[in-house]
Amino acid sequence: MRIREAMERIRQMLKKEFIQTLRDPHTRWILFGPALIQMFIFGYAATMEIKHVSLAVLDQDNTQESRELISHFSASRYFRITKYVNERDELRKGIDRGDFLLAVEIDSGFAQRLRNGQGASVQVIVDSSNSNTALVAIGYLNQVGVAFAQHYQIDQIGRTAPQLVSFVPQVDLEARPWFNEGLLSEWYFVPGVIGNLLLIQIMNLTAFAVVREREIGTLEQVMVTPIRRWEFILGKTVPFFLIGCSDATMLTLIGTLWFGVPLRGHIAVLAIGVMVFLLAALGLGLLLSTLAKTQQQSMITAFFFTMPMTSLSGFGTPISSMPLFFQRLSYFNPLRHVVLILRSIFLKGVGLEVLWPDMLLMAGFAFLMLSVSVLRFRKSLE
Amino acid sequence: MSWTRIVAMTRKEVLQIVRDPRSLLIILVIPLIQLLIFGYAVNLDVKHVPLCIYDRDGTQTSQDYLKHFQAIDYFNIVRESDSYPDIVRSIDHGVCSVALVVPPQFAENLQSSGRANVQAILDASDSNSASIGLGYAQAITQAYSSEIRIAWQQERGLTVGAPNVTFEQRTWFNEDLESMANLVPGVIAMVMAVVGAFLTSLTIAREWERGTMEQLISTPVGKLEIQIGKLLPYFVIGITDTAICAGTAVWWFGVPFRGSWLVLFGCSMLFLIVVLSLGYFISVTAKSQLGACQMALLATFLPTFLLSGFIFPIDQMPVVVQWVTAFLPARYYVSILRNVFLKGSETRLLVPDIAALTAIAVILVILATRSFRKRLA
Repeated sequence: MRIREAMERIRQMLKKEFIQTLRDPHTRWILFGPALIQMFIFGYAATMEIKHVSLAVLDQDNTQESRELISHFSASRYFRITKYVNERDELRKGIDRGDFLLAVEIDSGFAQRLRNGQGASVQVIVDSSNSNTALVAIGYLNQVGVAFAQHYQIDQIGRTAPQLVSFVPQVDLEARPWFNEGLLSEWYFVPGVIGNLLLIQIMNLTAFAVVREREIGTLEQVMVTPIRRWEFILGKTVPFFLIGCSDATMLTLIGTLWFGVPLRGHIAVLAIGVMVFLLAALGLGLLLSTLAKTQQQSMITAFFFTMPMTSLSGFGTPISSMPLFFQRLSYFNPLRHVVLILRSIFLKGVGLEVLWPDMLLMAGFAFLMLSVSVLRFRKSLE
Repeated sequence: MSWTRIVAMTRKEVLQIVRDPRSLLIILVIPLIQLLIFGYAVNLDVKHVPLCIYDRDGTQTSQDYLKHFQAIDYFNIVRESDSYPDIVRSIDHGVCSVALVVPPQFAENLQSSGRANVQAILDASDSNSASIGLGYAQAITQAYSSEIRIAWQQERGLTVGAPNVTFEQRTWFNEDLESMANLVPGVIAMVMAVVGAFLTSLTIAREWERGTMEQLISTPVGKLEIQIGKLLPYFVIGITDTAICAGTAVWWFGVPFRGSWLVLFGCSMLFLIVVLSLGYFISVTAKSQLGACQMALLATFLPTFLLSGFIFPIDQMPVVVQWVTAFLPARYYVSILRNVFLKGSETRLLVPDIAALTAIAVILVILATRSFRKRLA
């Protein structure tokens, strides 16, 4: 009897929440629109690879060797020679203006030194105002240099001792990229984006829904009804849990059908991972709502949490490159676990036998957040 | 327009902000936290890539080759595998993200035919680290190749010499290739977007939602006065945040500052006008705080983070996306900031960026002013 009454109250509460959330087209759009747009921007814009570094060349040597070196640059798929200049000053100015990223200057005497078997150096100016691009470009540069030197050396051996050429020792590295054979950055970003969007969306929706009632004053009205606190909390969270599930489904469909990211793991494991994470996000949202009196406050506090969470989740930068302290800290970050879980299920196709520790940690976090916020919620009403 | 009314409006807004000291504190602390994370925790360069090795040859030569991977802090050898299933397991569990397999007869092949292949298995589910890790591995392998080639030549008395092309790099603007120096402009732009658009978009929407807008409308205050009065306090907060960010970056993290402070603050004010107007426009249109918050996220924070060229270089994006970035104020602002911090080039070179930013500012101010109607409906 008691239980039936409780169920009835929760049902009424759910009904109210659903009506309130889905009432006007504006809010309906908010539930799905932003996530959709963000997914597309991320999918297309977020690329860490650097394919064509713009390059200017000043060749003061003008020999067969120097031209050979330049042709190594133009043949490389990493460089795009945008300008051949005649004066050193032009290199300087071009870099200042940002016309090209790299300026290569081959001094006269380059070929001579090579023929003498000395090391020949080439002057390069790198625009490092974007240090990441600059680092990658320097890496490419050295690859071109090594390839050229190797080519030149084998050529020389061929002239002096042709019978030995095919025995010149060389070790080749064969790359076998598993899971993402084409090294596509969409495949890398899409699973992580799903996790990030779910966190921001569900956490904010939950926090806003509770805080809005408090701000407008309707929370008191709800509280004078016979509804119990946990029934109220359940009524507030269940709709957003369901919205989160449908958001996740939508994003997964876009990821697989539009961006062509493979879903190699079991869909049930994916569902479990997403649901546990949604509980953690709901817990955070509820906690936020107990910390904030106004929606503005809850939004600012949300930012305070999400910025470090995103930065330390391994979403854009690998966790293994972080200092040890932050690596350990990131175990408390549910976003870290869900990004790993999503990536593993989508691309690696592994199941619970590998992912259980992350699932467990995430579930622990969810439990902690939910219980803390339920306890705090009591107090915050009185 | 009356100054008294603007001052009164500003006073009301300031009181509202000051009454909530925690939020104010967070707004001032967020940029610091973000800078600390970028300064101490997150690094855009990939280092200590966890590596598994599986030496199926087990000769002096293969060990010698693998030793080259130990010496460098790009890699961190975490496991020596003894079978393929072990490698599969290590990669599945994320123990390592690169696995090197030296084939049997590695030394023999090298001796007899001069050629030997090594397999590099990459966990490309993180495609970025995978391709960077592959780059490192290739560089090490090439260096090893040229070492053994020199030894081989010397054994045979070939006097070809070891031609060697070195690139003498001079990295301009950010000599130490500090990713911090690279990120500071982006952090400033991001914080400004948050302060400018988020906070303001909520202030007007809140008045609508609570019904206090009606009270405001019934007073003699004009719509331009409301706009200026509402935005002024946030303008001050935004400029303070810029100063905190720039000061911490320069004096704590040692990021160079080569341009003029005048340009920095002038352009920051311009950018603040842009984001504040945008936030104002959004809040007038949205009328609910949730809607305003979401729209502000889409219109300012995300483009600043993703499309301004601060993390992801614009010239590597698809052409259509590159066109879209032309309409983004953050793109010009980040470019100006980069110049001011790192390049310090003449202000003349910044004119196109400043002009674009000004044009966007004018359009948005007009748009924001016209959108607000002192009417109930």
